[in-house]
Amino acid sequence: MKIGAPKELFMGEDRVAMTPDSALQLIKLGHTCLIEEDAGEDAGFSDDLYRAAGVTVVEKAADLWEQADVIVKVRPPEPSEVALLTKDKTLISFFYPAQNKDLLESAKDMGASVIAMDMVPRISRAQKMDALSSMANIAGYRAVIEAANNFGRFLTGQVTAAGKVPPAKVLVVGAGVAGLAATGTAVSLGAIVHAFDVRPEVAEQIESMGANFVFLDFAEAQSDGAATGGYAAPSSPEFREAQLQKFRELAPEMDIVITTALIPGRDAPKLWLDDMVYAMKPGSVVVDLAAERGGNCDLTVPDQKIITKNGVTIVGYTDFPSRMAAQASTLYSNNIRHMISDLTPGKDGTLNQNMEDDVIRGATVTHAGEITFPPPPPKIAAIAAQKPKAKEKELTPEEKRAAEKAAFAAQTRSQVILLAVGGVLMALIGQYAPPEFMKHFIVFALACFVGFQVIWGVSHALHTPLMAITNAISGIIIIGALLQLATGSVLVTILAAVAVLIATINIVGGFMVTRRMLQMFQRS
Amino acid sequence: MMSFGIQSASYIAASVLFILALGGLSNQESAKRAVWYGIVGMAIAVVATIFAPGVGLSVWLIIALALGAVAGGVLALRVEMTGMPQLVALLHSFVGMAAVLIGINSDLHPAMLEGAEKIIHEAEIFLGVFIGAVTFTGSVIAYGKLAGRLDGKALILPGRHLLNIAMAVLSLVLMIGYMQGWGSWTLYLTTIIAFALGAHLVLAIGGADMPVVVSMLNSYSGWAAAATGFLLGNDLLIVTGALVGSSGAILSYIMCKAMNRHFLSVILGGFGGAKGPQMEVEGEQIAIDAEGVAAALNESESIIIIPGYGMAVAQAQQSVSELTRKLRAKGKNVRFAIHPVAGRLPGHMNVLLAEAKVPYDIVLEMDEINDDFPETDVAIVIGSNDIVNPAAQEDPNSPIAGMPVLECWKAKQVFVSKRGQGTGYSGIENPLFYKPNTRMFYGDAKKSLDALLPMID
Repeated sequence: MKIGAPKELFMGEDRVAMTPDSALQLIKLGHTCLIEEDAGEDAGFSDDLYRAAGVTVVEKAADLWEQADVIVKVRPPEPSEVALLTKDKTLISFFYPAQNKDLLESAKDMGASVIAMDMVPRISRAQKMDALSSMANIAGYRAVIEAANNFGRFLTGQVTAAGKVPPAKVLVVGAGVAGLAATGTAVSLGAIVHAFDVRPEVAEQIESMGANFVFLDFAEAQSDGAATGGYAAPSSPEFREAQLQKFRELAPEMDIVITTALIPGRDAPKLWLDDMVYAMKPGSVVVDLAAERGGNCDLTVPDQKIITKNGVTIVGYTDFPSRMAAQASTLYSNNIRHMISDLTPGKDGTLNQNMEDDVIRGATVTHAGEITFPPPPPKIAAIAAQKPKAKEKELTPEEKRAAEKAAFAAQTRSQVILLAVGGVLMALIGQYAPPEFMKHFIVFALACFVGFQVIWGVSHALHTPLMAITNAISGIIIIGALLQLATGSVLVTILAAVAVLIATINIVGGFMVTRRMLQMFQRS
Repeated sequence: MMSFGIQSASYIAASVLFILALGGLSNQESAKRAVWYGIVGMAIAVVATIFAPGVGLSVWLIIALALGAVAGGVLALRVEMTGMPQLVALLHSFVGMAAVLIGINSDLHPAMLEGAEKIIHEAEIFLGVFIGAVTFTGSVIAYGKLAGRLDGKALILPGRHLLNIAMAVLSLVLMIGYMQGWGSWTLYLTTIIAFALGAHLVLAIGGADMPVVVSMLNSYSGWAAAATGFLLGNDLLIVTGALVGSSGAILSYIMCKAMNRHFLSVILGGFGGAKGPQMEVEGEQIAIDAEGVAAALNESESIIIIPGYGMAVAQAQQSVSELTRKLRAKGKNVRFAIHPVAGRLPGHMNVLLAEAKVPYDIVLEMDEINDDFPETDVAIVIGSNDIVNPAAQEDPNSPIAGMPVLECWKAKQVFVSKRGQGTGYSGIENPLFYKPNTRMFYGDAKKSLDALLPMID
């Protein structure tokens, strides 16, 4: 199959859906790759780099659309591009089928297959093609860099000869992929980071990154993401009120606020209201990653950076991934590459659009002249349902001491019982057994005791030599055979000689192999 | 000729030396001295017995000693370290057989005893033969399974518990009969029953439980020696038998603890069935090639290698050692994590790694290293499966739920060297292979590692 990547038409879009690296991998799958002239230029991949990777550079977009069997793109196609699709072609790109009904219709009319990268189901198997997550990751990183760029101070705290610099305080609202990426970036720049999310189960992830989770004092049973494919669900008005109250409290302290709250299929919820902006200190920065969907902040202007009258900068860019075109193209083209690799299971350069496969079925929005959106729910739940955690009670020192005391008492009790039972048993045996036997029995009991004490000290690493040496010394049974050798009867002598023979094998073999093994243990 | 006094003194010396020999195994350096204590102790004991009144050198004795020494020496020099489990099992069987022979000899040449002493003596003979016979066939079967001459799978006969109980009860009846003077045939019949019992017990135990079986047989061989000591009234035999018996018992206990199984359930065989539906494993196993592994290793700082039986099967320990040497030469922190039941013998992995010249101070036990995984860049799993199975902690319905495992999935990245996608010996699905930070490095362990070696620079 010929896979072609045209130059993106959307204004200011610098990303490209194929990089020289991803092309190499695609060629390994048996495909040939085409790219439009200058398509990778803005992302830092020159045509020569593509040529070196074995990609054919095509001059005109129209030629590329004509020649390629599979078109890979970043942005949803323009209507003019959809017109170039034909029945046997497959388009792989972001598509947003729910928002782009007309586009979907016309793609269907053209008869082409469309695989929407934004529809890849969120199951672990499909993580490698989850382009939304890769882009969100970049957006989260870039949001912090953008904020730092507009923030007049260090993010990290420093004590310098000239004076002390306090660390910046960052609040991240919404701990999805972007939020977590932002949290990680801000933490590594040295800021004090607080993060909030309506899904309490992400608290652990946030804390593992070195940030503080903002807890709400709210008793409502919160939804646990598992039911909604790992995304947040809308919350009740009471919950929302409690949440806003918390933000109001935090607003005056925060230097940087990064909002990333999105609910699938809805406008972004308003979470950072104008009074919170006005409560912030001059010089503070708000970065609204939800700007494309209306913004989490009241004052956000999509695609623009504004400064409010109290000196707070609000960044409403919607093209964060494109602002890091090289990185974004690398990750996105890898996502595409993984998708194509799943589509060519035979690695023979032929596409097999297996509609039984959850991932491929989920992402396909038109196929064979039909609209296949929305897909049936995937067979596997996105995330395992959250298990109710049994809370371990903190024990007070007194309780702990009492528990220790009880454990000690129990141990004493069991030891005393064991000794008593053992003693009675011994007394019983002593009652009936002859004194000769009892003498041997004492030796036996003491030897067992010594054995237990000694063996506990043996290093685990030497258990095999231990077995070999016990093998050797259990050859001591040779003594029994020796004592019987001289008893006179021929049969007894033969049997005893056989016993001597095999016991000798044990002794010699056991000791020699132990020695051999122990010689091998060398310190570094 | 020696007097009884000198003989007793020699026996005391031998006992002390044996205890020192076992105690010396507490670390690798003192162990090298300890083995000499054992050898000297044994020499003293044998010489003191031969020159004691009423024994003396004879042609029979010299021939038997010479043949045995040659056979033992050849065995010890020829054995491959991967073949240690078989050898140990084989040696156990010898002790068992010797105990049977000595017991039968005692019956053939009865001591002149009366009353309680006679009854005790007969019970001793009976016990010695019984334990010896179970040890013998059990060890032979274990040898066959470990050497691959018998199918490693557990043989589950219908009503096997009933069968075992029936054999034990029959033996008990015969023992009472023997003491009642029914005649020697009861002893011979019991020997045959015990042979069958030993074989059946071990046949019912699967390959993964072999470490417990081998240490249990180790214990039995000790008790057999002790029983022989009782019947001959020889304290040295009793002491040594008790030492070996308790050593094997402790090893079995440690192994069972490491598998979170009850001793009885292992001994009675069969693998415990699941208590409910096992957790569904989702996701897919993502493969990686040698290049990818090499790149990750070149970038990492700390590496933990987890070897298992698969490493022994593929004879990959030399390649593992070479990899370790190369990585350490680059200043990386390479360590080994050994699960107590890795391999088919307690401490098996340690011996294999020592043979391949991996320094023992970087080979650590589970408890020593398990907390270090979160700070580790790369964990490499070579041929182990159940001992790194997170289901033991996450899935209460898993057959291995509660078993302590090496938490390698907490490392930043995990590579699993494995022959194919199968579930391995125990048939338990391993969620580790599906974790997002796990990459499967398919192929024969030795070949994979050899492909990897030139790429480490």
